[in-house]
Amino acid sequence: MKVKHITEISGALMRARWRQTLVAAVGVMFSIGLFIALLGFMEGLNQLLDGLVLNRTPHIRLYNDILPSKIQPIDISKDFKNHHNFISSVKPTNTRKELYNVQQIINTLNKDQRVLGVAPKITTQVFYNLGNIDLNGIINGVDTEKESKLFSFSDYVVGGNAQDLKIVSNSIILGSGAADIMRAKLGDIITVTSTEGEQFNLKIVGFFQSGIAEIDKVQSFASLATTQKILGENSNYISDIQIKLKDIKQAPAMAEEYRTYFKVDAEDIQTANAQFETGSNVRSIISYAVGITLLIVSGFGIYNILNMLIYEKMDTIAILKATGFAGADVKKIFITISLSIGIAGALAGLILGFLLSLVIDAIPFNTTSLPTVTTYPIDYGIQYYIIAALFAIGTTYLAGWFPARKASMVDPVIIIRGK
Amino acid sequence: MEKQIILEARSICKSFYNPVKVDVLKDVSFKLSRGDYASIIGKSGSGKSTLLYILSTMDTEFSGTLLINGVDVKNKSDMELADIRNEQIGFVFQFHYLLNEFTALKNVMLPGYKLNKVSEEELEHNAFKLLKNLGIDGLAHKMAYQLSGGEKQRVAIARAMINDPLIIMCDEPTGNLDNKNSEIVFNIFKELTETYNKTLLVVTHDLDFAHKTERIIELDDGKIVDR
Repeated sequence: MKVKHITEISGALMRARWRQTLVAAVGVMFSIGLFIALLGFMEGLNQLLDGLVLNRTPHIRLYNDILPSKIQPIDISKDFKNHHNFISSVKPTNTRKELYNVQQIINTLNKDQRVLGVAPKITTQVFYNLGNIDLNGIINGVDTEKESKLFSFSDYVVGGNAQDLKIVSNSIILGSGAADIMRAKLGDIITVTSTEGEQFNLKIVGFFQSGIAEIDKVQSFASLATTQKILGENSNYISDIQIKLKDIKQAPAMAEEYRTYFKVDAEDIQTANAQFETGSNVRSIISYAVGITLLIVSGFGIYNILNMLIYEKMDTIAILKATGFAGADVKKIFITISLSIGIAGALAGLILGFLLSLVIDAIPFNTTSLPTVTTYPIDYGIQYYIIAALFAIGTTYLAGWFPARKASMVDPVIIIRGK
Repeated sequence: MEKQIILEARSICKSFYNPVKVDVLKDVSFKLSRGDYASIIGKSGSGKSTLLYILSTMDTEFSGTLLINGVDVKNKSDMELADIRNEQIGFVFQFHYLLNEFTALKNVMLPGYKLNKVSEEELEHNAFKLLKNLGIDGLAHKMAYQLSGGEKQRVAIARAMINDPLIIMCDEPTGNLDNKNSEIVFNIFKELTETYNKTLLVVTHDLDFAHKTERIIELDDGKIVDR
């Protein structure tokens, strides 16, 4: 039995019931289209939300933590080697926040193939002076170029230019929350007081808006040199090294490696932001569950319609069998019908899904917390299209298989006799 | 020379068990040779249709032996039986049973698709020739549901002929037709046996029709009545 003839018979049966066939195909089309749009939208949102934190967070951060010494004198003493000791009320020592040999560390990191980039950073507490009121603040001394390249710093600078931080001496990019409180405008000079009590005048060259109000109220940015000046330190003073990796999954292992190798504290992104990955995963699972439910529902639609078709076409099936078509041939005919509906619906659904994605992508979405986002986010990942197409063909095949089996088992004698 | 035996039934018995055991066929045995024109007659419920379905291999639940062209059909798979039906048996039903989704020509060609022995062009040519012989070539491209009863029956006969079977079985082929069309069908059958040397087995309760055939097998209460 040639494939051509199977398809010819299937085609004729479908044309005889073209309305139901169309409804079934449209059902598949909508479920595929919505599946793609839903998952693309969900993943787009996931990436947006993750990006809110993950893109701006170093994968590994090297720093000196303020901690009590891990080794107490008694641990070193040979006399008490085999003894247990309990020391209560251990206090941290006055460790320097500065990292030693920063330049060597950075050079070593730059040679590491797994590292995408390294950005030094200084963090210091300050007070913004506003008349007789002092506001708490944190100034991050950053290398503007590296910070922009690795952590999209310039995306979050609203008003002004991130590059000015390097060009204009004694300049600051003020957090937008802090700027609102101070009624500060671009080009204004503000006064900050360091923890040492020294006062500095800094020119505002831009505003920073992260989307997280708590951060925007406190955080400001200045160049490394300006921050070192505020702290009264020399130009070697660096308190943090931020590392971005090529593969984020290696972060925990590499943090451990650097901790022992450089003898500093190292924190990886997974430890620092564990909840973000969990959130993304849960959202993905929910959207996949909804999408697959849509496809299964459309599968039942096809199952129903094919069942109806078989009841209507009992005579046809009986006659085909009486004239020498085997059960397997009848089965092939009905599976062909089901798969044609599935494939046609899937193709139309892929196009519909893409169009829906385009529509969602064009809907304006303005929020003060996300300065770079103007429309709803959509992920156009090819994987959703592939999953949707495969799943559609799989469900329609199954939905056709059971009715087809029933059709193949039709006993022609009963049908012909029943007339 | 002995004529080739096409169909042989040896003590075929068949019972229905719903709800109590009813013997429909009791020890039915007969032979049909090539070119025979036989009819099966009997009262309603005498088991003639049941016998026909068994002979056509569609009903496999019986005891006894059935040989078609010397081959025992017992214990053949569904697939093999379908092939036997396709290649060696042509079937004409009381109700014309054409596929309404197809044209008359396609209806005739369908069993040929399954057999898949000749090219599609040749098959179409054969089908057209058959329709022409039956005098309905003008209707070849009409959809099946647009034909009248007599025309449908002739298309069904053409369909039964398309794979050049050894035997053609008919279940009340004239049951639905007026006298004129019955006459036409009878003559076509007669021609098939005489010119094409086909074996014909017709189940009918049209006694006029039956008496015109060469041989009558009469069933009464599941048994063959000797005449």
